[in-house]
Amino acid sequence: MVSLFDILGPTMVGPSSSHTAGACRLGLMARAIAGGTPERARITLHGSFAATGEGHGTHRALVGGLIGLEPDDLRLRHAYDEAEAAGLHWEFEEADLGDDAHPNTAILEVERGTEKVQLRGASVGGGRIEVTEVDGFPVSLGGGYHTLVLLAHDEPGTIAAVATILAGHRVNLATMRVDRTGRHQDAMMTIEADEPVGEAALGAIRSFPWLRWARLIPKIA
Amino acid sequence: MHRSIESLIREAEETGRPLPQVVLETEAAESGVAAAEIRARIGRTLQVMRGAIDEGLKGEVRSASGLTGGRARKLWENGPRLLGPRVTETLARAIATLEVNAAMGLIVAAPTAGAAGVLPAVLVSMDEFQALGEERLVDAMLVAGGVGGVIAHRASLAGAEGGCQAETGTAAAMSSAAVAWLLGGTHEQVSTAVALTLQGMLGLICDPIGGLVEIPCIYRNASAAMQAIAGAEMAMAGLDFPVSADEVIDVMGEVGRRMPSAYRETALGGLAATPSARRLVQIRPAAKPSGARR
Repeated sequence: MVSLFDILGPTMVGPSSSHTAGACRLGLMARAIAGGTPERARITLHGSFAATGEGHGTHRALVGGLIGLEPDDLRLRHAYDEAEAAGLHWEFEEADLGDDAHPNTAILEVERGTEKVQLRGASVGGGRIEVTEVDGFPVSLGGGYHTLVLLAHDEPGTIAAVATILAGHRVNLATMRVDRTGRHQDAMMTIEADEPVGEAALGAIRSFPWLRWARLIPKIA
Repeated sequence: MHRSIESLIREAEETGRPLPQVVLETEAAESGVAAAEIRARIGRTLQVMRGAIDEGLKGEVRSASGLTGGRARKLWENGPRLLGPRVTETLARAIATLEVNAAMGLIVAAPTAGAAGVLPAVLVSMDEFQALGEERLVDAMLVAGGVGGVIAHRASLAGAEGGCQAETGTAAAMSSAAVAWLLGGTHEQVSTAVALTLQGMLGLICDPIGGLVEIPCIYRNASAAMQAIAGAEMAMAGLDFPVSADEVIDVMGEVGRRMPSAYRETALGGLAATPSARRLVQIRPAAKPSGARR
């Protein structure tokens, strides 16, 4: 649904809501999944991002987002300097991801400590983004909800167990999606909630033996 | 947000509330945010708009490509000749915001970054003309936002979907409604201002040189601001238009859907595909930096 501040906003660093503000939000999203500013990032740009990104500040916006700069932060102009100071090492590549890929698609591979996260997403207009893949699993995240993404070994009862924990922590679910690579292999659950999913709930979920990986993705601006 | 200008106006008439109040209360109900907080946030948005105009008019901003910067100041200093200062200054203000946008400055995408110059220019000029004060300006922003919401629902705000008419055309229609309302226009006149303004923007293509939000965007924002003023002026003089605002908006959407992709922000047609444009793009710096130690 369109809000008044989609029309009278966003307040943002120019020049393009899709190529600058949206790119920044993709960076913020990768940072949020990694749990903080990563030490390394490899960013692959496709389509219009690759072709016109440089003139739109797309590269700087992505790097800025990775170190936590919001779309309205003027430090995005100097994002490379800020990122060096923050200890981020980054590199860019260009790739043709095919005709089916959204023209404003980026793949971000980031490393923070022992954590490695791969995110694929697109800036879909007006600063809005859609993350379509995490670690190779299909997801659909817009950053508009507090999201829990988890990777579980596919066995009966996992969904019920997660839902029970969340209910116990009084988290109200907005949407839930499950994808798996194959029977009895890994399954990705994407749970969007109205409230932040606390560390306590995450800790409880992480203690399940079948859980391989779980991430809280805070709602981003 | 309302889905038609007609329903927006009908609600104002049926409830006896002013137009901005209807937009405000609708937003408060839909978002769950208190009306006072929405007004405060619009006030902060206005401050960012003013800041961008002031920065652009200093004439010092330059985009990374070198294509834009300094033209707002040049117009301010060298006009007006034919137009009155009020209009010329509005044009300069529109260019100022877009030049700041191109230089990675802080702007308000209203409704998009590429059309960010129109509404601030028109409102700041109106404020200077009538000494409106903060509350009236916030009201005018609400009227503009209500119109923009209708267009977002019925047509499109994205150049990639509907051409420049969807971006600067929408911004002009929003601005024109705000001006007509500020001048004490009736609901009919506000609606007519939207129709008269948008009909003059129909068909405008999105053909930015090098795919950058620079040329012709800075000039299109200026001419859209002019169109907004003209639409409001004609509506306030009692001129009519036989097609309703909602119908003109629907036409804008239809034209956008039928527009060839070469004219929808792909830089493959229009001005972007001319020999002059291609020469400009060739000299664009193409740095592709990687950072820090590797």
